[in-house]
Amino acid sequence: MTTTDLVPARAMGTPRRRTEGPAKVTGTARYAAEYAVARPLHLHPILATVPRGRVTAIHTTAAEALDGVVAVLTTRDAEALADTADREFAVLQDDEIGFRGQYVAAVLADTSETARHGADLVRVTYDEDPFRARLDPDSGELYAPDSVNPAFATDSVIGDVSSALRDAPVTVDATYRTAMTHNNPMEPHASIVVWEPAGTGGRFTIFDSTQGVSATRRNVATVFGLDPGDVDVISPHVGGGFGSKGNMHANVVLACLAARRVPGRPVTYALTRQQMFSLVGYRTPTVQHVRLGASPDGRLTGLVHDVVEQTSRIKEFAEQTATYSRSVYAAPHRRTTHRLDPLDVPVPSWMRAPGECPGSFAAEVAMDELATACGLDPVELRIRNEPDADPESGKPFSSRHLVECLRRGVERFGWSRRDPTPRARLVDGWWTGTGVAAAAYPANRAPGSGATVRFHAPAAGGEEHWDVEIAAADIGTGARTVLGQIAADALDVDVDTVEVTVGDTAVPAATVAGGSSGTTNWGTAVVDAAQRFREKFGADPSDGDEADGTTPETDAAEHYAMSAFGAHFVEVAVHADTGEIRVPRMLGVFAAGRILNPTTARSQLLGGMTMGLSMALHEDSVMDPRSGHVVNHDLANYHIASCADVGEIDVEWIDEVDPHVNPMGSKGIGEIGIVGAAAAVANAAHHATGVRVRSVPITVDAFLG
Amino acid sequence: MKPFVHVRPDSAADAIDAVAADPDAVFLAGGTNLVDHLKLGVATPGTLVDLRGLTSTAVEDLPDGGLRIGAGVRNSDLAGDPRVRRDYPGLAMALLAGASGQLRNQATTGGNLLQRTRCAYFQDVTTPCNKRVPGQGCAARDGWTRYHAILGAAQDAAGLRHCVATHPSDMAVPMVAFDAVVQLAGPDGDRAVPLGEFHRLPGDDPSRDTVLRQGELVTAVDLPPLPVAARSTYRKVRDRASYAFALVSVAAAVAVEDGTITDARVAFGGVAHRPWRATRAEEVLRGAPATEDTYRAAADAELADATPLDTEVGGNAFKVPLLRGTLTTTLRRLAEERP
Amino acid sequence: MNADITLTVDGRERSLTVDPRTTLLDALREHLGVTSPKKGCDHGQCGSCTVLLDGRRTLICLALAVAHDGAVVVTADGLGRGDELHPVAEAFLDADAYQCGYCTPGQICSAVGVLDEAADGWPSAVTPDLAADEVVLDRHEIAERMSGNLCRCGAYAHIVDAVSAVGNGAVR
Repeated sequence: MTTTDLVPARAMGTPRRRTEGPAKVTGTARYAAEYAVARPLHLHPILATVPRGRVTAIHTTAAEALDGVVAVLTTRDAEALADTADREFAVLQDDEIGFRGQYVAAVLADTSETARHGADLVRVTYDEDPFRARLDPDSGELYAPDSVNPAFATDSVIGDVSSALRDAPVTVDATYRTAMTHNNPMEPHASIVVWEPAGTGGRFTIFDSTQGVSATRRNVATVFGLDPGDVDVISPHVGGGFGSKGNMHANVVLACLAARRVPGRPVTYALTRQQMFSLVGYRTPTVQHVRLGASPDGRLTGLVHDVVEQTSRIKEFAEQTATYSRSVYAAPHRRTTHRLDPLDVPVPSWMRAPGECPGSFAAEVAMDELATACGLDPVELRIRNEPDADPESGKPFSSRHLVECLRRGVERFGWSRRDPTPRARLVDGWWTGTGVAAAAYPANRAPGSGATVRFHAPAAGGEEHWDVEIAAADIGTGARTVLGQIAADALDVDVDTVEVTVGDTAVPAATVAGGSSGTTNWGTAVVDAAQRFREKFGADPSDGDEADGTTPETDAAEHYAMSAFGAHFVEVAVHADTGEIRVPRMLGVFAAGRILNPTTARSQLLGGMTMGLSMALHEDSVMDPRSGHVVNHDLANYHIASCADVGEIDVEWIDEVDPHVNPMGSKGIGEIGIVGAAAAVANAAHHATGVRVRSVPITVDAFLG
Repeated sequence: MKPFVHVRPDSAADAIDAVAADPDAVFLAGGTNLVDHLKLGVATPGTLVDLRGLTSTAVEDLPDGGLRIGAGVRNSDLAGDPRVRRDYPGLAMALLAGASGQLRNQATTGGNLLQRTRCAYFQDVTTPCNKRVPGQGCAARDGWTRYHAILGAAQDAAGLRHCVATHPSDMAVPMVAFDAVVQLAGPDGDRAVPLGEFHRLPGDDPSRDTVLRQGELVTAVDLPPLPVAARSTYRKVRDRASYAFALVSVAAAVAVEDGTITDARVAFGGVAHRPWRATRAEEVLRGAPATEDTYRAAADAELADATPLDTEVGGNAFKVPLLRGTLTTTLRRLAEERP
Repeated sequence: MNADITLTVDGRERSLTVDPRTTLLDALREHLGVTSPKKGCDHGQCGSCTVLLDGRRTLICLALAVAHDGAVVVTADGLGRGDELHPVAEAFLDADAYQCGYCTPGQICSAVGVLDEAADGWPSAVTPDLAADEVVLDRHEIAERMSGNLCRCGAYAHIVDAVSAVGNGAVR
């Protein structure tokens, strides 16, 4: 058993403004495409207009004849990449088309207008093959992947669930659907790439919008057959990612290919919003069949969560949708499965809380249905099914305060005054109701981060200060600020004397900002570096002294199930005549370890809940099965929540310090806020109207007779 | 984006001559729709004739008690105009329900009328569209039709609809209900066209949104004096609480005396190729008691010929009950309001 | 045919030659190195490029530079006085009304516009009395008026806090 020695909290746990705040509010913080480089060239790509087949001809003469066009790259003349094992990165390598919207050519020109015009002039012809572009839960091509993201078992079976369901006095058996959705960070994916040849090789400098400079360095090096040290990636500010900038995508490869065509000249490529709907990942739609069996008092005897979702034929991504049901509620007999429908569509990838987000929608609406079936309060139902240990592994939880979250929410939301009768409150033409859902998200931890701590003695009249360097990413999470707080406490110094550098491969490598693991991985490395510094130099270091640290291996996960938990309480109003749905009030209560910076943590949890609201009411990438493209590929047609969609949102957390996840006592908070939020909205909508909606987004149509 | 020439004439007359003489020339006003289309390749003009400073930005009183709204009046200025807020509140509400604060600061009255459909297929040059390229076919009619027409879409000989697009304007919906008149200046002189006749139904040529001729310029929109408009409203239903186009919308004005509807003006948005004056609904309403049954009967009368689309990608049959509900709730609210 | 234009950007007069196709947003970002206004959608659908153009909040991705010769542009970087942040920017820091920061300059310019518009008595889609001369900027009003600025990090609740804190017509 391991109990981590916790760093005493002084700066940690204290609200602190973002270090880069003034730069962000004036707009002077520089994002990837904004670096001042000399004589940049602009890239505009040409995308496949068929979903499956091959390029038969590419006519580039007209584009090449344009004044200002420097080069046209096509599948016919692009250089061979060193490694194309990852088909997503095999950009322009052959004529095969795996999805509509794939790169088939690109124009490089001296202005963005000319590049775009040049791209308009490139004519491509295709041979089209039959294709399938829409998820079909009855598809004959369904298959079980070897594992689901990132390395979970595809299926899990415990006990005899068929018998349990057959014998259960109360059952729920329903199919739930979540829509295909796109991450759509406000900053489109963008890069400026410079290739400088040297001898037989050369060097890439890449200003990129990424959730992990180290991973981008590694991927680019692999694809181009370079030493990772010959790829510099710089990304101090990232305009959101939510997973889509976690895995590198084909856009970086294309920009690098173009840069190698024009050695020494910077190539700028910022995706258009429309291009982001085929090239940088998205969340798969899901069809989830949930079956619950319970005793009349609501205790689960059996639980089945069977998932069908899509992947791209050219590259597998298997979202771990049912894993949520493996860890939240007790039930002696249980089964989860994942099946994939391989389609001729863009490659799905991570989007905020892959797995838990869509999985919790089905699981938590099903629990609401069970509460109704048992005549139980849905909070009480969840409390009755609270497990003593992880239901599948049997491991104890490192800490678990789901019940406390529910109870705190009940109190704060005024839940006890709730009349459970559905469709019973018509207020000024609006049916109103309230709903609840639980949330859980694993406290992930991965090796692979390093950090450097360096001391600068005070100059005359000045103050001492500390550099902390780690190639972490601040995608809006507040990582830069929080790592400073962690370093200050680990060094036992004033937080104002610490300066943190992230987002640059010039500093020690780090894991991606993903899986809500950033602060755990990076913070642990920073603590390690700080402790080594003190071991080496004691309390009275000299100017320039420095020490390196890493994220040490830990066996905590072998002994404990580690997750953050939460509970959502939501009020919904549905217009009696029009079916319009509004969410005037949301409350999220979370148990996520020590909250290191209450200011930025509140924002992250609030942001997750808001994205959950957006998923519940708006987000729907409409795949046209006739053409294989997302029809509503812009921000006018793909709706994300606007300011007016958000009512009162209250965020609270339980005092929890987890001794096993990391030396800060914290857990990740980037994703837990979205988990369960959409289910709470659907459950509240049922309470308001009596209509059980089993799919998201929930729009007017659901309530129109 | 295809290159174009930008010219800035000294007068509206010069601007009209410039566009009349060149079929490849178009007017540029606020630019909120045209610049969008230039980038998408939906619009490929050779010349932009800039109207900045050439059209009226004034809202003037007309001798008959109506208002003349200059074509260059910004949507935000029109919504803020005290006379519009007092005498035509439904128009102010429609303007405020459209787009966003920024876009309303940019978009002009003339441009608002002339904005083109937001049909996702029309805006995507890789999909067939009869409006963009006559004769090419329509990707929408069997596709994603959530924002598409349920009224007024003509069919071809094979029973296929030429175009199922909707006109996206909010502003035009109450204007058409209020019998607004569009003032035009053209190479052959001036003319006035009732707004109800300004936008076309698609017929067999959906490429033409309006009756405007090459070189004709919208100079103003006249609102007649209309006492009933003082009790008007605009109700917009959309997929987001703000900053979204209408699924359906209703502009309505009613006068009620002793429980009887004495006058009614109704128009719909988001359901047809043009702002849809609901004359059949008006007929049902006039002289009828101000009751739920009347409102429903009015909706049913107007929706009797509705032809919603049922497609694999998502049809729009829901717009029929949605419009019925929206009209009902709108009329109920209006009738309940004290004058 | 390129055109020579002059813009006043954050108080500085700037002359440049632009392609007629160049938007004001690209003119600032690609020609003048002024990257405070952001490009989020390039089609007037997100609000990230909001600046004050001749005093009004405007989406400059839909404005052609050639059509705005002589314009006065104020970006989020030009709102403050010297090193002092604009009160709206300060309020955004206080309320942590941003995360990734990409939509933030546009949000702040838009908020300044909202305060001006409210001070001028302009109603919104949620104003209860259209005829009223004065606007009370409650949360509902602020949220509606700020809805042309999308924020994917979901900072809306804090954005409303920030704009509320600056108050009703307190900043002109």
